[in-house]
Amino acid sequence: MNAQKPFPLNAWYAAAWSHEIGRGLSARTICGRNVVLYRRTDGDVAALEDACWHRLLPLSLGHLKGDDVMCGYHGLVFNSAGRCTYMPAQKTINPSACVRSYPVAERHRLVWLWPGDPALADPSKIPDFHWNDGTEWVGEGGTFYKLKCDYRLVVDNLMDLTHETYVHAGSIGDEAITATPFDVTHSGTTATMTRWMTDIEPPPFWARQLGRPGRVDRWQIVTFQAPSIIVGDVGVALTGTGAPQGDRSQGVNGAFLAAITPETETTCHYFWNFVRTYRKDDAELTRDLQRAHVNDGAGVYDQDHRVLEAQQAAIDNNPRSPFYDLNIDAGALWARRLIDRMLAGEAAGVIPGVAAE
Amino acid sequence: MTRQVQWSGARLRATRDLTSDVRLFEIEPERDVTATTPGSHIDVVVLIGGRPQVRSYSLVGPCRDGIYRIAVKRLASSRGGSAGMWHLQTGERLSISAPSNDFELSHGRKQYLLMAGGIGITPIYTMALALAERDANFRVLYAARTRRDLAFADELARRVGDRLQLFVDEEGHGIDIAGEIARLDPRGELYVCGPFGMLEAARRHWHEAGRSAAELRYETFGSGGSGASAPFKINIPRLGLTIDVPANRSMLEALEEAGVEMIFGCRRGECGLCVLPVLEAPAAIDHRDMFFSEEEKAANGKLCTCVSRIAGGSITVDTPDRIKR
Repeated sequence: MNAQKPFPLNAWYAAAWSHEIGRGLSARTICGRNVVLYRRTDGDVAALEDACWHRLLPLSLGHLKGDDVMCGYHGLVFNSAGRCTYMPAQKTINPSACVRSYPVAERHRLVWLWPGDPALADPSKIPDFHWNDGTEWVGEGGTFYKLKCDYRLVVDNLMDLTHETYVHAGSIGDEAITATPFDVTHSGTTATMTRWMTDIEPPPFWARQLGRPGRVDRWQIVTFQAPSIIVGDVGVALTGTGAPQGDRSQGVNGAFLAAITPETETTCHYFWNFVRTYRKDDAELTRDLQRAHVNDGAGVYDQDHRVLEAQQAAIDNNPRSPFYDLNIDAGALWARRLIDRMLAGEAAGVIPGVAAE
Repeated sequence: MTRQVQWSGARLRATRDLTSDVRLFEIEPERDVTATTPGSHIDVVVLIGGRPQVRSYSLVGPCRDGIYRIAVKRLASSRGGSAGMWHLQTGERLSISAPSNDFELSHGRKQYLLMAGGIGITPIYTMALALAERDANFRVLYAARTRRDLAFADELARRVGDRLQLFVDEEGHGIDIAGEIARLDPRGELYVCGPFGMLEAARRHWHEAGRSAAELRYETFGSGGSGASAPFKINIPRLGLTIDVPANRSMLEALEEAGVEMIFGCRRGECGLCVLPVLEAPAAIDHRDMFFSEEEKAANGKLCTCVSRIAGGSITVDTPDRIKR
């Protein structure tokens, strides 16, 4: 029997940026499922199983015909619900002919896809990712498609920012992070890591953002929403101006956003953004911030990318070696606990030992 | 649909008679139960006349307890599968396939109309429960010959309330199929499982209403036609053969058993692979397939050997065999 995969299926996952899906066929693999995405003439996005019912050729190699997809091999046509509407060389259509259609919804500038039981796909359960809307907060992010690591390694990475000191020294990392204790709390579906560094010298990146001299209070409030959404409320404010008490008016506030979508058990798509509430009209700053994160190997996320892929390669080479945990891993461990709870729920919700296929 | 069927062992845990001729079978698989979706069926190996034969049965209910439930109507005129099933004793071992689904229930539709005739209630019942759980907009129309034949009706009424409407032939009530189709939301879907005549009527009215064929969903297991199944003969002049087709065997099976090499796909009248040209036939061929159009059927030029029959006498067909003997 199929062993359960390390990702819940009954969840909304980011599949694409809205602007990436147009009147063409876009292929993605989401939770091991090959999917073809396209935009219908009414503007809605459709997602179909990317394999023709007949001979399994990926439908993404075919073309759009109105709101339907025509297979590029023998011309079978499927509508956006996955139903076959044309078969070559016969006057009828085999009633069994269909491909799977996946629930999709657009929100927060992303296309979300539900790979599990379509009956459970409630759009009200789409993760809160409003920071990405481009209104209250601004910023332009991107995607690491096919990042070669288990999606949970990205969760680990973002739930413990101690790594900034070592991976991102010289930009956002400094010794104050490792010197400052943190709090971890959780609810039934979220885990939050909070760290306040008061009265410190700002690290170079934040000193530039603030643009004012003086010591600062720096905060990192990182919230995980199961199974794989992370929003990090980060920033600095001049020390002694009340930021820890709630007054951030003498500071700058950003947020790093991550929607991490399992592609396979050992690869993922990492949709990221860094948004801010300061200098919102400064388009050059928006571009600079994007480049500061991903810039042909020189950005901070490029640094994470190298670490994450090397970590997965090492795991693959040492399949029996356990992870040892440190106190800094508390946020990541709560996040993994919530993922495991979802997995257990899916296993129990069907029948023990059965994949939710 | 050339599908690799994986057979596995199972045990008949219990049976329960739902009506005088509909029996519920609870089948406990030896392997882990696979999660099923409404519209799924399993294949069961049944002994018919001492020979193992495969029959497909829709699963009843969501199988959440790890038990597969099927309901089988005992039919005197059937191809023998129902009699084979009714002979099974509690505790007996069976070979079954993993569930598969060729009658998938869609999600997120504006409206659903489910229509069942007789034993065709089995997948429709499961779909109705699923739609009720999802709080979808749906209705179930369930017709049977007599009130006593309405298997699952009480349970269904308890679960879906007045979204279920019953129609009893004997009491002079039938489903107004054309009217129901007219009332269905333009973006709605119709799911039909029932006797051949009901399906044919649904197909005709659906087409006449100008609706897209993709929104009419149905499944047949190639089990019914416009008349009862009777024995007849096949003549194949090219091979110099005359072959008897018993009432409980298909033409395709009879041809194969007589050593005529055939290709086939679905064996239920959908794919058109086992088609043979008709050289001479009695006035009416009972075309039971979904492959040919009405015009093609009326022309009687070819037939699907897996399901179609004649009412008696003999039919003369050709084969693609060009081997020099």
